[in-house]
Formats: sequence, C-alpha cells, structure tokens
Amino acid sequence: MTMRLYLWQRATAALMVPLVLVHIAVIFYASRKGMTAEDILSRTHGSIVWASYYGLFVTAASIHAAIGVRNVLTEWSPLTDRRAGLFGVVFGLLLAALGARAVYAVVLS
Amino acid sequence: MLAELSVSLWRGGEDGRYETYSVPRRESQTVLDVVTFVQRHIDPTLSYRFACRVGVCGSCAMTVNGKPRWTCRTHVSKVAGSGRLEIGPLENLPVIKDLATDMEAFFEKWQKAQGVFAPTKTRHDEIEPIRPDSPARRLADAAIECINCGVCYAACDTVRWNQDYFGPAALTRAWTLLNDERDAGSTARLQAVAAAGGCHSCHSHQSCQELCPQALNPTAAIAGLKRRTTAAYLKGEIKA
Repeated sequence: MTMRLYLWQRATAALMVPLVLVHIAVIFYASRKGMTAEDILSRTHGSIVWASYYGLFVTAASIHAAIGVRNVLTEWSPLTDRRAGLFGVVFGLLLAALGARAVYAVVLS
Repeated sequence: MLAELSVSLWRGGEDGRYETYSVPRRESQTVLDVVTFVQRHIDPTLSYRFACRVGVCGSCAMTVNGKPRWTCRTHVSKVAGSGRLEIGPLENLPVIKDLATDMEAFFEKWQKAQGVFAPTKTRHDEIEPIRPDSPARRLADAAIECINCGVCYAACDTVRWNQDYFGPAALTRAWTLLNDERDAGSTARLQAVAAAGGCHSCHSHQSCQELCPQALNPTAAIAGLKRRTTAAYLKGEIKA
C-alpha cells in the first residue's frame, strides 16, 4: 500500500467512526419508538441534513472499502497491482451507486 | 527426560523433504546442538549456518516446530516437550540447501529502506555529545540490539503475501536511524519507507514482536514510521 492510499483509508475510517455511532443510535431510536417506515420517511424526506449525512457516509464507505478490497487482492490473488486497483475502483463505484440510490430513496423520492 | 529425540530435518532445496534422525537427549541441549550432532555424527553433508553459538551473530535462525527461532539460544526442553523436533529452513526466503536459506533479499531490503547511516560529520569533527535519556535516543536505543537473524522476516504474514514488502527488520532499522540525532538521511529514508512495499503495508499482526529473540518490538517501530511519514507527507516534505 502506498502513502496516499494509506492516508485515504485511515482518514475515511476516522470519518466513519462518528457516522457509524450516530447511525446505530438512530436505529435504536427508531426501533424503540416503534417507528414505521412511513414515519421515518416522513422525517427524512427533503432533509438536507440526512442527505448530507448519508451522502458523506456512502462516499467514505465506498472509498474505504475500495482500497481495502484492492489490498486484499494484491496480497491474496494473482492479480497485478494495476488490475487489483482497477477492480477496487469498479467495486468502489458500484458501492457508491448503490449507496446513492438508497440515499435518494430515503431523502428525495 | 527421554533418552532419544526424534528429529526431522529438512533435506534438499525448495523441493526437498523432511528426514528423521535419532539424536541422544542431553541436559541443557539447544536446538543448534541437535543439528550439530546430526552433522558431526550421522550425516556430514547436512548444510546449516551458525557462527557465535551465543546469540550475537544472528546466523543460526531456523524454523523449529513451526516457528522461527534462534537455535543457539533455544533449549530443546522449551520447544520439544513431546520429544519430537521438526527443524526446517526459515520461511519467506529461498532455500539454498537443507537448513541454509539465501538471505540476499532480506539484506537488499535493508538497503531499499535506507537502512544505512548517513553521517553529518567527518572523522575530523568533534564527537557530538548525545544524551542517552533524550526522547529520540531512547527510541533509537529501543531497537538497536537487532542481530539481523531474520526471525521477524520469516514470521511475517505480510512478507509471505507481498514479496515487495521490506519486512520488520529493515523498517525497524529505518526507524532507529530516523531517531538517531547524528544521522542526516531522514527525508530520503522517509521517502523510501513511504513507497510501495514500505511501512504502510504492515497489518500489525505482531508476529515479529512475539518471536523476536531480542524482545524488540518492530510493530511499534513501524507504527512510528507510519506516523512520521504521514506528518512528513502532510507537510509536503515527501511525495506520495
């Protein structure tokens, strides 16, 4: 792993620590309150705060996971570093697209 | 104590095999004593490497019952309670013959990690006073007793998976020199250990510090390199 990839992976990990904690707290809050999907969507719909929060979460997770998958492939598969990097980029873009779709569904649709 | 030990030794090159010998059990017997007995009394063609026999030279490391160890200071009683010993060449290095490995890659990586002292003075200058209790000197001293035995390199999972990885010994050497106030090669060294195969490849599995015969902690040294290179990169002192 190079310096730049290391820094991106650690920075996104650090960013995700509070995001994960808030995410888990929200899950507990929603389930303890017995909120339905309709209740939740009524609160998140049109919210710039939730769109920004989960947009950031999806971006950080996509970058973090893409670098991790690249590193696993470089060490454990016969792929060259370049091919493992390409696979990581494709994997990260796929995660970002799936995450963006979910954010869109919760906030904008 | 058993009268005889059953000892399996690796014979041949990379495509060799284990052969079993019977060796008399002695008081205070080391693994190196066992190997030497086989070579002197059973098969003089057995190849292995040793020099000082007292844990200084770092020549005699081998894989003993699955773990890399310095054989001259490893007592049989510590590793062969069942009376069986399996002794092979160090892992992660090419086998030359029997128990001797080719250490070239190990030492080449020292060079790649800039593990060579870069002096700031000549022999004509005054000797620079260094306080032994200064924080930098304490960090340098923490790893200066490395004997280059290769145990950490053989124990390292990352070396096994990534042939380019410098390994714990080379990076620990780089960390020692970075903390040596008399050394002038810090920037080049940080640049070298921040490159592919450098400190950022370490997964902190800590096999190196668990098995280091000198009880050094290469994992901590590599963590120090990660911090130092990150700071240097953010300040623009080195390039990614």
